[in-house]
Amino acid sequence: MANVDIDLGKYSLGWSDPEKNVFKPEKGLNEEIIRKMSEIKEEPEWMLNFRLKAYKRFLDKPMPEWVAKEKLSQLDFDDIYYYIKPTEDQADSWDEVPEEIKQTYEKLGIPEAERTYLAGVTAQYESEVVYHKNREDLEKLGVLFCDMDTAVREYPELVQEYFGTVIPPGDNKFAALNSAVWSGGSFIYVPKGVHVEDPLQAYFRINAENMGQFERTLILVDEGASVHYIEGCSAPVYTTDALHSAVVEIVVKASGTCRYTTIQNWSNDVYNLVTKRAQAYGNATMEWIDANLGSGLTVKYPSVYLMEPGAHGEVLSVAFANSGQHQDTGAKMVHLAPDTTSLITSKSVSKGGGRGAYRGLVRVEDGSETAKSFVRCDALILDDESRSDTYPYMEIEEASAVIGHEATVSKVGEDQLFYLMSRGLSESEATSMIVAGFVEEFTKTLPMEYAMEFNQLIELNMIEAGAVG
Amino acid sequence: MLEIKNLHAEVDDVEILKGVDLKINPGEVHAIMGPNGSGKSTLANVVMGNPVYEISKGNIIFEGEDITEEPVDNRAKLGMFLAFQYPESIPGVTIVNMLKTALTNIEETEYTTLELRLKVAESMEQLGLSADFADRYLNEGFSGGERKRNEILQLAVLDPKFAILDETDSGLDVDGLRVVGEGVSKLKTDDKGYLVVTHYQRLLEYIKPDFVHVFVDGKIVESGGVGLSDKLEKDGYESYL
Repeated sequence: MANVDIDLGKYSLGWSDPEKNVFKPEKGLNEEIIRKMSEIKEEPEWMLNFRLKAYKRFLDKPMPEWVAKEKLSQLDFDDIYYYIKPTEDQADSWDEVPEEIKQTYEKLGIPEAERTYLAGVTAQYESEVVYHKNREDLEKLGVLFCDMDTAVREYPELVQEYFGTVIPPGDNKFAALNSAVWSGGSFIYVPKGVHVEDPLQAYFRINAENMGQFERTLILVDEGASVHYIEGCSAPVYTTDALHSAVVEIVVKASGTCRYTTIQNWSNDVYNLVTKRAQAYGNATMEWIDANLGSGLTVKYPSVYLMEPGAHGEVLSVAFANSGQHQDTGAKMVHLAPDTTSLITSKSVSKGGGRGAYRGLVRVEDGSETAKSFVRCDALILDDESRSDTYPYMEIEEASAVIGHEATVSKVGEDQLFYLMSRGLSESEATSMIVAGFVEEFTKTLPMEYAMEFNQLIELNMIEAGAVG
Repeated sequence: MLEIKNLHAEVDDVEILKGVDLKINPGEVHAIMGPNGSGKSTLANVVMGNPVYEISKGNIIFEGEDITEEPVDNRAKLGMFLAFQYPESIPGVTIVNMLKTALTNIEETEYTTLELRLKVAESMEQLGLSADFADRYLNEGFSGGERKRNEILQLAVLDPKFAILDETDSGLDVDGLRVVGEGVSKLKTDDKGYLVVTHYQRLLEYIKPDFVHVFVDGKIVESGGVGLSDKLEKDGYESYL
């Protein structure tokens, strides 16, 4: 195991456990591996066919060339493990989870969070969800929350109706790859009018070197229902590449509300190439709250398709590009009906030679009368080596639409630092505080425990390698 | 308490302080008065340790320790404070959050947010600030008067041994001046030193100076008692220019 200790200082989640897998095929991908995983998962025929078709799509599609061309060209698809089954069965008690894996989740604070304020938890390790539990009241309300594999077996009708409809396998190369080799992820169904008060959480952990994690999430929020889903993730620090390529599909029916919060903190070895899309129907609200602190390359633009009148979409995207990181993040809003509204807020911080980019699309189709959209991108650059770019695309085909865009780029001012330091704050404390203030809009959407943890992550990001440029 | 010896400082190779000598003992209030552009604010900044300015000659001694090269945060921890003329806004950072970290560093004891709130609440009331003021972002969208009250609030909470007030009276209306002036005068004790940098005499009616120094072209050109400020108020600075 090629652990790099020097990096562990700033990335505190970079330990790895010894591997005791139940199933781990060779590196690389072929039809045989796909058939084998489908067999192990005891999947119905339609899912195997779905996978095999998607695999062909994946092979046919070229690598995207419009983003991070050089870094993407270095990604070696043959050097990745596509499926690792770490445990025999899924547990619903932490005591049944193998000790080392359990310790890892303890260190990540998941059981503790579950005891204090979560309504349900799934914990994915490599390719499979190794632990899952719902609070009892959740099940009484008729809320379904489980891993995706279980959902395919237990709720075939719901899954078959929606799976792959929001993001078809041919959407892009990485969505096709995920469709071919997906494993784990969450399935949620919230029945009509039910409000899930406490958040549901999934935590994704990569442990093996050269791992590919391809979780697949489907969230269905029925009419007038609401849910808040939180996902977190981390991985060991190796010197070789790992790949995380998720697909997340969400449908929010009329007057429903869904908030999807991500705190992405992969190690820098991980390519994070994710497709996330939601459909919001009449007067529904979909909010993506998307924070990216980790990974060497993130390409992710959560999107909302506003399908019916009154639908509202929001993306609040926060990205930290530190040394060795390229965060190409943003949002997509597609207005397909009158009186739809959307808001995109992007906050990017770059430091130590890191590269942040906002890439976003607002599309208003003809007939989406009086649709409104506002985009705000703020970039904070902490030194001269770092970089921030903005690529806002607008495709407006409706004359009555009201579209706004505002962008700012700022540096941490000497005067701001002097002001805070004159109150006894060290330079790194002052910088952390300015950065934390810059992303406060994001932090205040989090449950308190997460907000505190998030601010500590910012401090950790600011402290390493002495002072700021 | 504070001794400034033959202090020269420059910015972008332009000398602004041209040999300042000043000694402040505990319990004393010194006023620096001078025309605009004389370098008064530079003196305040250099004494506090603003790295924008380069000290080319001279020393700053605080409580027997040469702090000429000390970074600003160390000076704050030693008990120095600057009430800024134009305090910066820091979006997303609440007053109470900043003060919590500041006080934890300065007093080297951990404060909980609740303890800090209680401490801040009292000072806020004295300064005529509403209860939610401490939850506002530092100077973000503040009026001129609110900015100055915020500086004095921080002064009250951090309770330094030595404070520099840089043009604290500017931008205040009559009521604001009274509130701020009374706030400062309450903080004055026998063991504390003040350096009040001002263009006008108005603040000095609330915080009586023991010494008044006329500051022109980067140095002190005359020193005297409180009578000197009366004279300046009447005659202006013309005779020094």
